[in-house]
Amino acid sequence: MTDMMLREHPTIIETMNVGSQVFLPDKARIVSVRKMTALEKLFTIELPQGKSLGHRPGQFVEISCLGIGEAPISISSSPSRSNGVFEICVRKVGDLTTALHRLGPGDRIGVRGPFGRGFPIEKFRGKDMLFAPGGLGLAPLRSLINQVLDERALFGRVIILYGARNPDELLFKDELQAWAEREDLELHLTVDRGDENWKGHIGVITTLFKDISINPRNTVAVTCGPPVMYRFVLMEMLGKGLSEGNIYLSLERRMKCGVGKCGHCQINHIYTCQSGPVFSYREIKGLEEAL
Amino acid sequence: MSLTVIQKDDLNTFIRNLIQDYRVVEPVEKNGHFAFAEITDPAEIRLAYTTTILPPKKYLLPPREVLFTFNRSDGGEVNSIQPERPTVMFGVHTCDLHAIQLLDSVFATGYPDPNYLNRRRNTLIVSVECLSPCDENSFCKSMGTLTADEGFDLHLIDLGDAYTVDSGTEAGEALLTRYAKVQPASQGTMRRLNRVLSEKWPKFPYRLDFDVSDLPSLLSLSMKSPLWNELGERCLACAACTNVCPTCFCFDVQDEVELDLQHGRRIRVWDSCQLDEFATVAGGHNFRKSKALRQRHRFMRKGKYILEAHNHLGCVGCGRCARACLVDITPVSVFNELNRQQEAGSVP
Repeated sequence: MTDMMLREHPTIIETMNVGSQVFLPDKARIVSVRKMTALEKLFTIELPQGKSLGHRPGQFVEISCLGIGEAPISISSSPSRSNGVFEICVRKVGDLTTALHRLGPGDRIGVRGPFGRGFPIEKFRGKDMLFAPGGLGLAPLRSLINQVLDERALFGRVIILYGARNPDELLFKDELQAWAEREDLELHLTVDRGDENWKGHIGVITTLFKDISINPRNTVAVTCGPPVMYRFVLMEMLGKGLSEGNIYLSLERRMKCGVGKCGHCQINHIYTCQSGPVFSYREIKGLEEAL
Repeated sequence: MSLTVIQKDDLNTFIRNLIQDYRVVEPVEKNGHFAFAEITDPAEIRLAYTTTILPPKKYLLPPREVLFTFNRSDGGEVNSIQPERPTVMFGVHTCDLHAIQLLDSVFATGYPDPNYLNRRRNTLIVSVECLSPCDENSFCKSMGTLTADEGFDLHLIDLGDAYTVDSGTEAGEALLTRYAKVQPASQGTMRRLNRVLSEKWPKFPYRLDFDVSDLPSLLSLSMKSPLWNELGERCLACAACTNVCPTCFCFDVQDEVELDLQHGRRIRVWDSCQLDEFATVAGGHNFRKSKALRQRHRFMRKGKYILEAHNHLGCVGCGRCARACLVDITPVSVFNELNRQQEAGSVP
């Protein structure tokens, strides 16, 4: 009977690597946890046997807590600073993230990935970079921002417009401080509502655009934030004369598999986990379900 | 490959022999309907069946399957992909055969899906030619699935007292050699076969008012059709349509734990784009909030998106969704109405 099981199959099946275990997570370990705001924590994670994640800025991982489930989380650290670990900045908002927030250094989690298409950083070199993250949108963009800063000489101006709802919700405050002190980086912060200590700009992120001037022909703009933010930020970017192909976004979806099968992340005909989560505005402009 | 003949009496012997070595799944009668089930006695089979409630997809992509088991206390996962029992799917209609070819492409493309491919590798398919329509809901002729040139290991055509057997693969050929008694097809058999096939075609009506090759472009032009809102108002979002569909493959991934709170398993279960929470992210934003948009997504997948990605239509015309729908949303009426709107120039 065994010879019957070695059957001839359609070619497509023959060429398959059936042994690959796409659903089995790596057993990773939390190295450290840093509380960033009331809702967000930064987790530093180490893969087993010194394995490197080998990601690109903009990609995501599927994080597991066995017994709770799995969720897609964007990678917040840059490959240039990997040092054998990677970071994710996680808002406590669902079952998995709530479970994750209960964990501490030494605890095990599952990691699959990296998945998706990240930022085409090779295409960005030589350009001015305009980053416009809103709220938790800084988490994925930080991966790209730090990569750019680590290759600083290869880029033109670096402008960061970052908005949060209030001063307490600003993420990576120590890095914001360091960025503010750099002379080769223009950082503009804003909050929707200030508090007694806030001396900076007040207003939604779009209000920062009027204070900056850019060379639209040589600038790449990158944004990420809550769904409601994109239309307004895109309007500002286009208003600055940026071309649709030079504006990049990272889109949020609930990828259950990360490997282009489960269907949850579909935007019209596109699987966000395969073609995204990073897209140029030109690529998604015609997709009605994108934003 | 070769064409042979098996007498009907010998078919039972063939199946009885297969049961010794294989799990044989076939259409059986169940409460007045047909369903694929494992059989232990060839007398159970109903090769002249209309349609099954669920397609044979359930043996390749089960409604619920374990991806791996785990023990939370040691943080260790255990791979649970076991070699499946070799299976023969017997009596598969050609519409379902086309659907399996699509699933093969979906699960083999990009990141290969080990669970699906493991089952598929252990499955042989014996299909059967349909000689009359299942019912008024089937529209296989319009979708080009009324027959199949490939995708089967063996293909049977009923000549009355015997079947012709077409071997599609070497594995199918080997199955015959080992388990069946067949004769070469004579000139007379070929004449009977030609007669059966030519008598078959007129019995199947075309149900689409247009050629199926126009379906993708029709759908492209219909993104803003008012029909989607009408469907959204009728649809109950019960997901019956996607549950019975031979080409739907979307799934959810969940964890289950035992009462000891240590041992558990990660499972994959069928999911549906028609359910409210399908495109919802953790913060609560739903990217396909209305039933109108979800119905549109479903039909766009069936007639356009999947075709573009896999070169197989996402609808094989089996009619199961039409039978299952409680509010009479059917692909034939939807596609024909979109076509009517286009011809009337009434779509913005």
